Amino acid sequence: MEKILTVNHLSKKFGQLLAVNDLSFTIEKGNVYGILGPNGSGKSTTLGIVLNVVNRTKGEFAWFDGKTSTHNALKKVGAIIERPNFYPYMTAVQNLNLVCKIKEVPNTKIEEKLELVGLLDRKNSKFSTFSLGMKQRLAIASALLNDPEILILDEPTNGLDPQGIHQIREIIKKIAAEGTTILLASHLLDEVEKVCSHVVILRKGEKLYSGRVDGMLASHGFFELRTHNTELLKDYLGKHASFGAIKEENGLITAILKEQMDATELNRALFDQGITLSHLVKRKESLEEQFLELTKNQAN
Amino acid sequence: MVRLLQIEFIKLWNNRASKILIISYFVLLTSIALVAAIKFEIGPIQFHLADQGIFNFPYIWHFNTFIAALFKLFLAIVIVSMMSNEYSNKTIKQNLIDGLSKREFILSKFLTVISFALISTVFVFIVSFVLGLTYSDFDELSIIFSNLEFLLAYFVKLVGFFTFCLFLGILVKRSAFALGFLILWAIIEQIIFGLLGWKLVSWETASAIKGILPLEAMSNLITEPFSRLKAVQSIANEIGEQVNLDYQVHWYEIVVVLCWTALFVYLSYALLKKRDL
Repeated sequence: MEKILTVNHLSKKFGQLLAVNDLSFTIEKGNVYGILGPNGSGKSTTLGIVLNVVNRTKGEFAWFDGKTSTHNALKKVGAIIERPNFYPYMTAVQNLNLVCKIKEVPNTKIEEKLELVGLLDRKNSKFSTFSLGMKQRLAIASALLNDPEILILDEPTNGLDPQGIHQIREIIKKIAAEGTTILLASHLLDEVEKVCSHVVILRKGEKLYSGRVDGMLASHGFFELRTHNTELLKDYLGKHASFGAIKEENGLITAILKEQMDATELNRALFDQGITLSHLVKRKESLEEQFLELTKNQAN
Repeated sequence: MVRLLQIEFIKLWNNRASKILIISYFVLLTSIALVAAIKFEIGPIQFHLADQGIFNFPYIWHFNTFIAALFKLFLAIVIVSMMSNEYSNKTIKQNLIDGLSKREFILSKFLTVISFALISTVFVFIVSFVLGLTYSDFDELSIIFSNLEFLLAYFVKLVGFFTFCLFLGILVKRSAFALGFLILWAIIEQIIFGLLGWKLVSWETASAIKGILPLEAMSNLITEPFSRLKAVQSIANEIGEQVNLDYQVHWYEIVVVLCWTALFVYLSYALLKKRDL
């Protein structure tokens, strides 16, 4: 698989504070990556370093196998970090023209990209007159001008209203569907869960996990069950070798699986025991639950 | 190089305030020509400034470059704000992310500064040339094109001054404070001079040291031209004063300013490179 970005033992200190600690990961072409982590976990700093705006303290990174200099590599990258930064006195089109000059690409795609983010009718308005949602969409249009090899988004929905969040997500999904590699940093887990196939999880500058989303926890999922005879059910589950922890909350029993088991199989077995269920759901842990599990394990 | 200039041009020309300042600057440069129209009569004495010899070749090169240099503050505002606005709008960050290297960023600003200085110099040359041809008492080619070193000095002076503004813009990051600092620095140079002469060394050495300080070095490039005027000289003679100023442009003065220019460009780059954005 073609490597887009390789990060090797990267560290960054701000005075005494170690913002990024010995971080290594690889971004491969065609995947959608999420960088997860609470606020202050070093997500933005890491992106800042590979994007040439923050100086690294130690370690290395290489774009496209290190074949080009960082600033030339960045011409093939589309990136938005934190707030959208444009010249407030210039119109959308003028700002994008400038970006084209910097990236050394022809300015023929401006209208197409403005159309994609739904700003074509405002193309001659000054940037300062835009709402935050529009600014963020303009930033996405700008990042796409060069049809980048990889799109980097740092908290793209931060500070937006629900409608704005929805619009940005739709755009990201559209871009992901076209096969563009995406790197999405966020602390909003459902956001990452909806679009990412791979994750890098950071906490206090350290990497906790990097790999496929579904391989994050060696988990077989869990059952949510409800019945009239709760005690009988709990008793049965407790004796069954396939189940680990069993929790009860408002009559809803959650049984964590230790090994693979089919819902039909469980249903039949319970029926044979004379236990009839009014509710049976088999679920995988959501990314949020997995994330909390992972960060909790590491904290101990 | 053309790309870097185009980038800067887009940034400057779409900014209304910068555009107005740039245009007024060049209008003011042209307006030096209006001095020619100064004419007044006090009783029997008719005074026509153009007849006082200020437009004589080669004196006009001296006079006009000196006057034109006074207007440089207009462009200084433009330059300081074009640098510090990149910080306050955080567009410098976006520029770098979009693929401009830090070196290219500084270079694009420096090239703009050189262009401003070059265009100003050409402007002053044309205005002075036309004025001279109209009013000068001498029109031999050898006289017309003598003392052109004043134009070179003017160019170097502008480049040096604007690069200083650029550096202050990067250093202070806020245009108003950067301009304040510029004024403060001018005062600091005088204080350094005063302290040196008063306590540490002789006044002669002090003024030699002062001549190396950036702003003073720039202003030394072109000495004031008024005392060179015949009218002023004769008045001075009448009251028994000898005006003995050295009006020449000296090569070492140019070297000093060029050194400062190089230092400011280097420091701007070093500062940008060191900083996390």
